Amino acid sequence: MSTSDGVLVRVKDVEKVFHRGSEEIHVLSGLNLEVPKGEFLALMGPSGSGKSTLLNLMGGLDRATNGTVEIGGERIDEMSDRQLAAWRARHVGLVFQFYNLLPVLTAERNVELPLLLTPLSKAERRQHVETALTAVGLNQRSRHYPRQLSGGEQQRVGIARAIITDPTILLCDEPTGDLDRKSGDEILGLLQALNREHGKTIVMVTHDPHASARAKRTVYLDKGQLFKEKPE
Amino acid sequence: MNWLSQIASVTWFGVCTIPRRKGSAIVATAGIAGVVVVFVGVLSIAQGFRKAVTSTGRDDIAIVLRDGANNEMSSGLGRDVARVVKDAPGVARENGAAVASAELFVIIDVPKRSTGTDANVPFRGVEAAAPTVRGNVTVTQGRMFERGRNEVIAGVAAAREFAGLDVGKTIKLGKTEWNVVGVFSAGGGVAESELWTDTTVLQQAYQRGDSYQSVYAQLVSPDKFQEFKDALTSNPQIKVKVVRQAEFYADQSTMTTNFITGIGTVIALMMALGALLGALNTMYNAVASRGREIATLRALGFGAAPVVCSVLIESLALALTGGVIGGLGAYLAFDGYGAATMNFQTWSQIAFAFAVTPKLLLNAILWAATIGLLGGLFPAIRAARLPIAAGLRET
Ligand SMILES: Nc1ncnc2c1ncn2[C@@H]1O[C@H](COP(=O)(O)OP(=O)(O)OP(=O)(O)O)[C@@H](O)[C@H]1O
Ligand SMILES: [Mg+2]
Repeated sequence: MSTSDGVLVRVKDVEKVFHRGSEEIHVLSGLNLEVPKGEFLALMGPSGSGKSTLLNLMGGLDRATNGTVEIGGERIDEMSDRQLAAWRARHVGLVFQFYNLLPVLTAERNVELPLLLTPLSKAERRQHVETALTAVGLNQRSRHYPRQLSGGEQQRVGIARAIITDPTILLCDEPTGDLDRKSGDEILGLLQALNREHGKTIVMVTHDPHASARAKRTVYLDKGQLFKEKPE
Repeated sequence: MNWLSQIASVTWFGVCTIPRRKGSAIVATAGIAGVVVVFVGVLSIAQGFRKAVTSTGRDDIAIVLRDGANNEMSSGLGRDVARVVKDAPGVARENGAAVASAELFVIIDVPKRSTGTDANVPFRGVEAAAPTVRGNVTVTQGRMFERGRNEVIAGVAAAREFAGLDVGKTIKLGKTEWNVVGVFSAGGGVAESELWTDTTVLQQAYQRGDSYQSVYAQLVSPDKFQEFKDALTSNPQIKVKVVRQAEFYADQSTMTTNFITGIGTVIALMMALGALLGALNTMYNAVASRGREIATLRALGFGAAPVVCSVLIESLALALTGGVIGGLGAYLAFDGYGAATMNFQTWSQIAFAFAVTPKLLLNAILWAATIGLLGGLFPAIRAARLPIAAGLRET
């Protein structure tokens, strides 16, 4: 899925402008980023700097105003909405700060959701769900509803849902932002294991230096640009 | 996974969230149920009315009017024509005389017992065969009028409703004093709201010479109708129209049923507008309260079309639920409900029952479905257009 030079994500000269009334908000301006396959990248920066925006562009959830986004050799900025939806289902695993589980579904049904978009049979889906829930240590709680689970447990369900289709890239937006230190550490441990043992490429937005310390590399977003060191 | 199952699961997730917003869902459903109840209720009056009016008419009685006349009022027949009609083949005979009644009527004003205000009453001149031709006419009080005298008998409905129509009293109509000598019933038929007297007396009292408006003829059997009709319409000397009594009454009721249907439709339309707003509101709420969920599903790769369909299906399901509840309610409440006290002027005392027909119910359900689809359409489009990134930011 990666190009020959081992680069999985190539974000080039990307600009993103939001319009709020007559006001133009330049969030990203000429931003460049390359993420090699197997990377665990932490993305830091002040609130409102555009971290979520950048992550959304990489996940095909939003479109850049200018510039190109190439993932696994595919120009996702050139895809139609429908192609993009199919591409997301196949290649992207998403982990959200507030988990975004469907409250009306049990843990296992939430995890199964992305598989509903694949041709897998019911039995195969059940098998995959069990594997994913075991991987996050929650197979005992599969019949519980989100409201019956703690924040940390809900985020494990979120991670299980993100990895169930074995995506090309895992995009996490402040996955520990709503958790206490202990639960957060467990989640980070999970992500680290996914990266180390399964070679998953991960991009993680975070405010927390403890979290970024678990990543292989950290970049800082400020004033529309990326920096290798935290700008003063 | 194919589209259908995508639609099915997205719809299912939506439907599962209904309990969370049951207030607005119940309001929308109840609104649509209300529309259906009113729609079915009013139109069942029209149906029931038509059924009752039609069923008082018989197949073996023919009514002869002037050619081109649609009712007795606009008809006129001379004595010679009445003669030809009575002699026509197919007419039943008793002791050599035709069982037929040549009639005319005038509309008179009589004060109502309840309010004292004048209202129209048909005052009809009839011949001896009239009770037979109408079927089950019986004098329930007093006696029959005598030929050649200024005597009237009143239908029970008319006697009940109008002042001065008591046996033994005299009543001044036009320039003439009349003795009320009896009250008659006619099996709930139209005649019960009329006054009857002898044809020739009425002709004289109202200067009608020897003209009639209609001839009611008892046929030997229903299948003699065609023969009877052909004999009259092919006769070059007269120009008449021949109809069966059943058809005649059905025709007469068309205006009233159309009127009721029209009013019912207008009321139902206005209520439908209200219900539509309710449905719109509910579905906008549904979409708004599920913004993040919908965005999450889209982010995971679910398409926009299944989202549109799911909102439409949910709206349709709520509407159909309302429609079925309303239809069932209307059926239980109205079907067969007696409405003898309904007052439609000359039809005043026709006893009839509301008739909730399957076709009526089907129409009502179609209305409900239309409201549901319209109410879901714009919210569905909004749901599909919601940008994913913005939807995910919602808390
Ligand atoms: N849909 C939108 N319309 C208008 N402005 C937007 C939209 N999405 C984001 N923005 C603006 O773009 C800027 C960057 O937002 P973004 O969510 O990417 O920041 P962030 O770095 O993730 O912040 P935080 O750390 O608080 O999550 C903010 O100023 C935000 O208000
Ligand atoms: Mg953010």
